[in-house]
Amino acid sequence: MSGVRVLVGTRKGAFILTSDAKREKWDVSGPHFAGWQIYHLKGSPVDPNRLYASQNNGWSGQVVQRSNDGGKTWEVVGNKFEYDGDPGTHLYYDDKPRPWEFKRVWVLEPSLTDPDTVYAGVEDAALFRSSDGGQTWREYSGLRSVKGNLWTPGAGGLCLHTILLDRSHPKRVTVAISAAGVFRTDDGGETWRAATRGLKSPYELPDPEAEVGHCVHSIAMHPSRPDVLFMQKHWDVMRSDDAGGSWREISGNLPSDFGFPIAVHPHEPETIFVVPIKSDLEHFPPDGKLRVYRSRTGGDEWEPLTKGLPQKNCYVNILRSALSVDTLNDNGTGVYFGTTGGQVYASRDSGDSWKAIVHDLPAVLSVQVQTLP
Amino acid sequence: MIRVLLPTHLCRLASTEREVEIQVAEPMTLGSALDALEARYPMLGGTIRDYTTKQRRAFMRFFACGEDWSNESLDTPLPGPIVTGTEPLRIVGAMAGG
Repeated sequence: MSGVRVLVGTRKGAFILTSDAKREKWDVSGPHFAGWQIYHLKGSPVDPNRLYASQNNGWSGQVVQRSNDGGKTWEVVGNKFEYDGDPGTHLYYDDKPRPWEFKRVWVLEPSLTDPDTVYAGVEDAALFRSSDGGQTWREYSGLRSVKGNLWTPGAGGLCLHTILLDRSHPKRVTVAISAAGVFRTDDGGETWRAATRGLKSPYELPDPEAEVGHCVHSIAMHPSRPDVLFMQKHWDVMRSDDAGGSWREISGNLPSDFGFPIAVHPHEPETIFVVPIKSDLEHFPPDGKLRVYRSRTGGDEWEPLTKGLPQKNCYVNILRSALSVDTLNDNGTGVYFGTTGGQVYASRDSGDSWKAIVHDLPAVLSVQVQTLP
Repeated sequence: MIRVLLPTHLCRLASTEREVEIQVAEPMTLGSALDALEARYPMLGGTIRDYTTKQRRAFMRFFACGEDWSNESLDTPLPGPIVTGTEPLRIVGAMAGG
């Protein structure tokens, strides 16, 4: 019988929530790596029992873990993330050049075709790839050639936090970097270009339409339509119909177009989800009401989804990697998100109603869902 | 053999007890002790000091015989009681946070 595994990264460890396809009863395992920050866990689409986890703390830095049994046991793999050659400098908060320095892995994106191949998005922003199950890593340094010397960290750091792989274009990789933008390669990572035309950041950039510098919070894609991308920017929800060649705003009637995550429905490519946050200063839902917003029209027209979610005195945040969907269909499609208050909410009906499947975890950094055969 | 005391988070990472014993090549220095520790427990690579520069991570500290060795040269010979195993080399996570 099919089921669902929800991989939850938190400030103090990882948790794995499992259920059958009914998604009524959940088994909670963890904390795995207790006491460590787990920025991201993700499973291989090829082998669901192959998981990768990014583990770090302030004392000992970055560790990468790998599981071959769905998270029951783990082994440490490689954590040597060395930039290719002399990476030079980027700009710092004071506008002065600062040498590139590896800090942590924000995202691990397993290959669509090979369980031993996995990409890592890191801070200071760079893309690495391993083809030996995470033992060794190589940087795609061509990414930094797209005006990397002008990239400046946002409040969360100069992090590469989203990696989109495209089954129909195996050599295409699209990445998003906070306070730098979206970048795409079509030749397997040798050459890159900015994919930021149409983005406007009048409150953050001297040139609101600059090629780099836009604070992209997350991007999402439906696998059946790889040229359609959706973006939650610092401010603005955006859409591209040409794989990032140009963007247009689709914020429409959202109560706030600030937020972090964005997700696409697995069976309805024009249905997308965001969680509006009041502002860059006030990282909590508008009016203290936790509302997921859904558009069934590919943007512009949004409806609040509130059933089962707190509608008063709610001041949690939902971080960029903490919204995910399962791919079940017959029993209703699942949507999941985690909060900085330690709840993981799940919906079995594409967002119409919600229930907290755990209440009191450490602050949730990431939620990734696996639909199991 | 020398004795090394690890902080809790590194014991868990290496799946060891708090105290481990390692064989260190002569001459026994702070650097050769760390080399031996990382060779015996590869999962600790990069968690105590930088791979390339060998610089100690800012919040990891070293103590030997009651003295703070955090800023000693890696070439400094270890004190006799560490070499004989009478005293452990202590690797400590600095107190951080509230």
